[in-house]
Amino acid sequence: MSSTIVARVKQRQIAQLISLGKRLDGRGLTDYREVQVETGVIERAEGSARVLLGKTEVMVGVKIEVGEPFPDVPNEGVLTVNAELVPLASPTFEPGPPDENSIELARIVDRGIRESKAIALEELCVEPGKKVFVVFVDVYVLNHDGNLIDASAIAALAALLNTKMCKYEVKEGEIKIKPGYSPLPIRNYPIAVTFAKISDKLVVDPWLDEEQVMDARLTITMEKDGKICAVQKGGYGYFTTQQISEAAKIAQEKTQELRKHLVKG
Amino acid sequence: MNLPTFYEGRQLVTPGDLLAEDDYVAGDNTYKDDGKVYATRIGLVNYKDRNIFVVALKAFYIPCVEDMVIGKVVEVGLSGWMVDVKAPYLALLRASDALGRSFRPQQDDLVSVFDVGDLIICKVVAYDRTRGPLLSVDEAGFGKITRGQIVEVTPTKIPRIIGRKGSMISMIKQETGCHITIGQNGLILVSGKTLEDERLTVMAIRKIEQEAHTSGLTDRVTEMIRKEKGGVEHASKGA
Amino acid sequence: MLNTLRKVPEKLIDENNVRLDRRGVNDLRPVKIEAGVLVNADGSAYIEQGKNKILAAVYGPKELHPKHLALPDRAILRCRYHMAPFSVQERKSPAPSRREMELSKVIRESLEPSIFLEYYPRTSIDLFIEVLQADGGTRCAGITVASLALADAGIPMRDLVAACAAGKVEGKLVLDLTDLEDKGGEADLPLAWMPTLNSVTLLQMDGMLTTDEFEQAVNIAIEGCKQIYKLQKEALKAKYVAVREEAEE
Repeated sequence: MSSTIVARVKQRQIAQLISLGKRLDGRGLTDYREVQVETGVIERAEGSARVLLGKTEVMVGVKIEVGEPFPDVPNEGVLTVNAELVPLASPTFEPGPPDENSIELARIVDRGIRESKAIALEELCVEPGKKVFVVFVDVYVLNHDGNLIDASAIAALAALLNTKMCKYEVKEGEIKIKPGYSPLPIRNYPIAVTFAKISDKLVVDPWLDEEQVMDARLTITMEKDGKICAVQKGGYGYFTTQQISEAAKIAQEKTQELRKHLVKG
Repeated sequence: MNLPTFYEGRQLVTPGDLLAEDDYVAGDNTYKDDGKVYATRIGLVNYKDRNIFVVALKAFYIPCVEDMVIGKVVEVGLSGWMVDVKAPYLALLRASDALGRSFRPQQDDLVSVFDVGDLIICKVVAYDRTRGPLLSVDEAGFGKITRGQIVEVTPTKIPRIIGRKGSMISMIKQETGCHITIGQNGLILVSGKTLEDERLTVMAIRKIEQEAHTSGLTDRVTEMIRKEKGGVEHASKGA
Repeated sequence: MLNTLRKVPEKLIDENNVRLDRRGVNDLRPVKIEAGVLVNADGSAYIEQGKNKILAAVYGPKELHPKHLALPDRAILRCRYHMAPFSVQERKSPAPSRREMELSKVIRESLEPSIFLEYYPRTSIDLFIEVLQADGGTRCAGITVASLALADAGIPMRDLVAACAAGKVEGKLVLDLTDLEDKGGEADLPLAWMPTLNSVTLLQMDGMLTTDEFEQAVNIAIEGCKQIYKLQKEALKAKYVAVREEAEE
């Protein structure tokens, strides 16, 4: 996989500034870029959202279909998350089947939603053991300017909050559509915070050039009560236990801050 | 290049073992971080003045200029051959070197000189990080191998097989009467008057490879060869 | 016979903090490790941890073709984590799953910091991890055995990497979860540890933990890693120690 090469001069500049507690774009080490959330952008989807995190752009569409439950949880609906790093989003994205990066991205977003029990899957059962609703969350990265994980997680949650299902009733095992809509039952609001380790410091929401320079990344996903529901270390470097504790503390504050873009109070 | 032999009684270390702190120089198979010296490979640690190094028990071959090596031709190219010398990089032998004069594409058929699969004795004449090693066969005794057996050992055991001041290899040559050519890359050519002599030599080499890190090895190998010879007919006579 | 209809039992830990397999909450499963088990690979190792049976093999470093995949200033580590179809309760298709692809990536990233990749530009080091039997914690056992295979191949390393998972089961923080404990528990936290640099090279968590529980679980996992690290060192030295003892008798 080729990577866009950042000129050595710039790499050194970024690393030096960070060791002094500053960033090239003027942000503090724990500052996020500007977040913009737009929902209901795709009418054909049951739910959708478009998120801009700085210049990183992610679109998420939610589709709901009828399917079979998993045999070990016959009374629950099914959640499936997929991510596409669309070639037009970056010179490093190649067309083809999902590679390890898009799979990792999808699974991190999935874990956040699943482990926080954000969707009340038990309310999506039509006929136990036979028919349930399947929630397809498709993450589409449209522009890669760093930190796809956090942007995708916010977009996925926004799209889920935007999702409406037709009202229905079950008669003789068949689903009959009734007039009106009801929202997808959402019980929790997981938010992901990603740190980059540069010059032995933790930097929140890395943009593209910082990602090229970072040693490693750590993503912590927290649910609405401040419990951690997913963690993922990535990149070929490492973290010390002190850095991990520090990240957890900063994440506490940042997840609350980011959640305000989607949920009041 | 002077390679250390396996001394007796040295301690066995593994990657990440802390070998020393403070003012030491990190030698072979070690690295220094924050003033501490650690081992990078499993081997026997040695301390010499301020220098710490590890004689690795297992490592692949890294080409060194002036090394004599035995390689296998894997590709016949346009103006030379690509040779596998058991290093991470393929080596190049130029046609002009093997022919002793400049290469004439219309007249010279490279395949007739060396073909894919041929084993050759050669020397490393150049090697740097930017490309693979360069070989030469321009010396007496170098070139294609036509008879004998090849034994492959991990390159770090070669000094032990040679022994201090060549003591081990001389003993084996004397006891078995075989001609032995040692490639620094771990390949050893054994050719004797009979297959039995060659077998004995191969056995001895294998034993040294297995027990390289132990003491009293020369005596045990001598004993083993003599024991094997007793009762078996052979062309050479032992001392 | 069909084993697929087993359900998660009622209780995984009893009132005396004894787990189903008779372990205490801070006990590792029995571990057996062996290095240098495969003849053809440049390096190899095998581990049994509880019911886990995992094999790792290393080939390289060798020149990487096609050349455009190679890096000009260092080697690349390629890793394939794969589960045999018969390794799990319900037969798994041999085709690589999304989980295996993600694990291949995080395992690779857990080992890269330990290898002196910059010594061998333009080459690749290929690592294969085969799970022959799985019972929870396979990525950790896979990292443990892969690290040993790399050392067995004579590849220069900063340190060995040891890995172990911690988690929360029935309200208690435990070490080294089995598959049942992972499925029936509240959180699973796999972690890989490189002692020399005091560093965590793999860290994942899924489930629900408070920040305090999270930090405690990280420490519990590290303690497990320290025990595994000792076993790795012993396994590397084992065959040389045995030969030395026999020869010098």
